[in-house]
Amino acid sequence: MTTTYNAMELMICVASRELEDGSTLAVGTGAPCAAAMLAQRLNSPNLSILFEAGSVSPQLPEMPISVGDSRASHKAVMVSTMGAIMETCQRGYVDYTFLGGAQIDMYGNLNSTFIGGTHQKPKVRFPGSGGANDFGSFCWKMMVLTVQDARRFVEKCEFITTPGWLSGGNSRYEAGLPEGTGPYKVFTNMAVMDFEPESRRMRIISINPGYSVKDVQDNCGFELLKAPKITETLPPTEIELKILREEVDPHRYVIGR
Amino acid sequence: MDIIRKGRGELFTDPDPDHARAFFQKKSRKMVNKSMTLAKAIETFVHDGEYFALGGFGANRTPIAACHEMLRQRRKNMGFCGHTSTHDFEILCAGEVFDRVDAGYIVGLEARGLSPCARRYMQTGKVKVTEWTNYSISARLRAAAMGVPFIPTRNLLGTDTFECSAAKIIECPYTGKKLALHPALYPDVGIIHVHESDVYGNVRVRGILKSDNDLARASKRVIVTCERLITNEEIRRDPTETTFPYFLVDAVCEVPYGGYPGTMAYEYFSDEEHLREWLKAEEDPDVFKDFLQRNIYDCKDHHEYINKNGGMEKMLQLRTIEHLLHKEGKR
Repeated sequence: MTTTYNAMELMICVASRELEDGSTLAVGTGAPCAAAMLAQRLNSPNLSILFEAGSVSPQLPEMPISVGDSRASHKAVMVSTMGAIMETCQRGYVDYTFLGGAQIDMYGNLNSTFIGGTHQKPKVRFPGSGGANDFGSFCWKMMVLTVQDARRFVEKCEFITTPGWLSGGNSRYEAGLPEGTGPYKVFTNMAVMDFEPESRRMRIISINPGYSVKDVQDNCGFELLKAPKITETLPPTEIELKILREEVDPHRYVIGR
Repeated sequence: MDIIRKGRGELFTDPDPDHARAFFQKKSRKMVNKSMTLAKAIETFVHDGEYFALGGFGANRTPIAACHEMLRQRRKNMGFCGHTSTHDFEILCAGEVFDRVDAGYIVGLEARGLSPCARRYMQTGKVKVTEWTNYSISARLRAAAMGVPFIPTRNLLGTDTFECSAAKIIECPYTGKKLALHPALYPDVGIIHVHESDVYGNVRVRGILKSDNDLARASKRVIVTCERLITNEEIRRDPTETTFPYFLVDAVCEVPYGGYPGTMAYEYFSDEEHLREWLKAEEDPDVFKDFLQRNIYDCKDHHEYINKNGGMEKMLQLRTIEHLLHKEGKR
């Protein structure tokens, strides 16, 4: 029997497998939150989620609409302040973050501020950093969950809202960002990418079922490196899909997109 | 100390702690009854051209009633602290209340999408923007609350967010590491919606606090809107519950459901249907004009706005949703 699933379900399931039990994660709303909830319900019951509004280690009853709503602090061990959460990240206690943006470049830098025009008179204005620059600066491993699209995967972000590997090599640490932090993996509907350890350029490590390396490259605005051995991504399992659909997002807020 | 690099963004407020101390020295410490109507509080303590900040996070425990009142009183040319500002930002853009903004998070409503009205206003070029991050603004309020001119942090480094900020990068005199200095932010006025307050302004907040403890301490004037007034005796019965004390506060306004249509922890959930109505109405500027007229300008107060959108029956539904009561006992 073939299990059917959509692109969003695939990305969430694959990304959720990265979140091992006992780790800490700083996260926003939407698909990353769904990945965290799935992990918490399946393999990582002791995954500690931190939300920037102040919530520490909640057990999410349903998808929060805002990281500051009562769902986001449901059965938390503590409610605190934004400073306390961000400083927990700055101090080195937070393993993972998931981020997104309107643009991502070959070094994993993210733009969520504006596209077109100038900063003072933009063509399209987006929210700006929010907590993204903070999480991307402080958390040990930054991950991105987004749709593979050449307009989104650009050679150079028009505006670097959140730091990735900046201009590659050692530039991130030369800028003063904490040692050992940085972009780790990118999950799209077509593939999983990491960053080559020397140049820090994005490279394909795994291809999702039904896609080829060419498909990924054709939907990317810059040349992707390829890992020595590219594997095939394990598709969502029946149990992952069941929990995702029935418990994590029954109203299909995220997986229905 | 050498400055390695400066952001080119404008600093909209004065970070000098001695200027702030001089203001605080003259501020009354008297424990007097400060309760008044919201209209009176906005009229008395919020002035055109000043810089203001709002408490709450996104559409959670946000002083929405106060935002509506600022539109009704046609506040203009203000500076605004866009710290996780979502539905409040949408309202303030509709009234073109501010012309300069410190941007941590603006324009969006988290998982609900982006506000067409806020986008239009921010794309006119009429608003001066200095970029920050959510933590940056928390740190700036913390510095002001501490009474020091800046706080060093390790975010912003290497990014255009820094370039468009008013932060400065220095080398740490102890470790040689690069640090981003965040200037203290002292708003002229801070408006904070809370669960409970006595008439003097001793305040209780439940749930996430965001930066509101620091906002109350950093702001030169503080307006508190509360779900309900409680007695001073109740405050003194359990002072561990007090979030900030009376001498910071200038006005106390009892505004039940003052965070509607946003959430208020342990009280009511957000009215998602009505928030969608906002986003839908904004798509067409003419439709939106009528929408604002009906929901803000034609209302004498927040109570009338609530009555137009479902009244007490709706409030009880939102209470049920907040407490997940609709899920109790379901098989």
